[in-house]
Amino acid sequence: MKRLGLISAQLGVAVVLLLLWHVLTTMPWGAGGKPLVPPFFFSTPLDVIARIHKWFSEGTIWRHLWITLTESALAFVIGSVAGVLVGFWFARQPLIAAIFDPYVKMVNALPRIVLAPIFTLWFGLGIASKVALGVTLVFFIVFFNVYQGVREVSPTVLANARMLGMNERQLMRHVYWPSALSWMFSSLHTSVGFAVVGAVVGEYLGSAAGLGYLILQAEGTFDIAGVFAGMFVLAVFVLVIDGLVTLVERRLLVWRPTAADTHK
Amino acid sequence: MEALQKEGSRPDTGPAAGLPAVRFDGTRVAFVIKNNPYVAVERADLEVADGEFVSIVGPTGCGKSTLLNIAAGLITPSAGAIEISGKPLKGLNRQAGYLFQADSLFPWKTVLENVAIGLEVANVGQQAARERAHGWLKRVGLGAFTDRYPHMLSGGQRKRVGLAQVLIRDPKILLMDEPFGPLDAQTRQIMGNLLLDLWSADKKAVLFVTHDLEEAIALSDRVVIMAAGPNSRIIGNWKIDLARPRDISDIRLEHRFHEIHREIWTKLKDEVMKGYSQAGGEG
Repeated sequence: MKRLGLISAQLGVAVVLLLLWHVLTTMPWGAGGKPLVPPFFFSTPLDVIARIHKWFSEGTIWRHLWITLTESALAFVIGSVAGVLVGFWFARQPLIAAIFDPYVKMVNALPRIVLAPIFTLWFGLGIASKVALGVTLVFFIVFFNVYQGVREVSPTVLANARMLGMNERQLMRHVYWPSALSWMFSSLHTSVGFAVVGAVVGEYLGSAAGLGYLILQAEGTFDIAGVFAGMFVLAVFVLVIDGLVTLVERRLLVWRPTAADTHK
Repeated sequence: MEALQKEGSRPDTGPAAGLPAVRFDGTRVAFVIKNNPYVAVERADLEVADGEFVSIVGPTGCGKSTLLNIAAGLITPSAGAIEISGKPLKGLNRQAGYLFQADSLFPWKTVLENVAIGLEVANVGQQAARERAHGWLKRVGLGAFTDRYPHMLSGGQRKRVGLAQVLIRDPKILLMDEPFGPLDAQTRQIMGNLLLDLWSADKKAVLFVTHDLEEAIALSDRVVIMAAGPNSRIIGNWKIDLARPRDISDIRLEHRFHEIHREIWTKLKDEVMKGYSQAGGEG
């Protein structure tokens, strides 16, 4: 019942905003019988809905969604694997970590958007350059979390593992690895989100397909309904992915009190 | 008072029979903290016989946990020796099980996995290890909780899991660092009785650290008192001639228990005060 109330309140916000948007852009209340807000610059909810309906009924949207999804998934997988491996390596080899520390900080401080043109030159206009951009975002999130996770294993748990007879390899498998993974999973929402951001921003800066491309095309022709429709599809796309991540997280972090309490 | 009914060595202890399970010989522990030398334990001489239950009692910060860590091989003494069954200890003590004061279960493993892991890493097959873990969980009264994760258990239940986790490997020596410290009074007594039950079934040498003199007397064959740190040392060594098997809630009502308690406490008060003033004078 409480949950039902929450959902209806959330839907209520959407209805009010859409109504306000509709009223302001269609009702002839402004000077000279025009709407208060010009629909040329702000479109109208009905136009946007019609555009989304057209995309889905004609089926043109699916290809773009698929491209963006592929790019995001690849960026997430490659960035995560690299982040886990390097994070683990650095955490177990303090000397290596110390040597590379300034470079890691430098690269991480760089706004990734400046890399996009270079990646386009290197990897072309296809999906590879978007994946590369996403990877640079995902990698650092996963890397820092895994690094932290390995180094912040409770000393008591570690001593206990040793006293229970674990050798170095077994410590890796039963102590460091689960600890690192739990930290990585705790940042799952952020890293998946950044994978999508990398893909869309990459598309926006130069591509032939994808949601970012769709939005850019609409913008280029002052097709505001198209821009809003693209943004709306993108938002729902991210919500769906985030929901899936929550499901995965609940399964994987069942042992953790905080995860269980947060996502009820 | 001296008529201690020590159960003696197990008959099957092999070549090490007769030698103490744990022997501290002039053991000294010093650390360097921010370039200042800090002597945690000035000198410790202590023997724990096979199958003997010895408690170390002392105020907070007296170095009792340090002594346990030395016996476990987690730290090495700065001077003096530590011998396990007559042999100097090098590296980790493979004959010892250690029950820590803080939470030391693996939070990402279920209760059953936590108990079985000690066997699995020793190359016992997973199936066999888990079957034996089941048996141990029943013995500590957690047969119905095998699939829970540690955070779903109470503090007392977690200590039971810890006990099963350590005992399943059948260590010859059991090291316990205020294991029941964070528990409430009732749970402590229940855990104490559980510990004595398990111990009497298969006597191991136990080195039990606590700040609670009553708990120490109720559980032990022998109680060792340490002075306040730094420069801590052993300042008393009492045999406890209370009959076994004991129920540690009942035994506290016995006349003999009070006699022993009074005797140790009278001595302890003086020595602890002396210890404090010494430390103050040097510090």
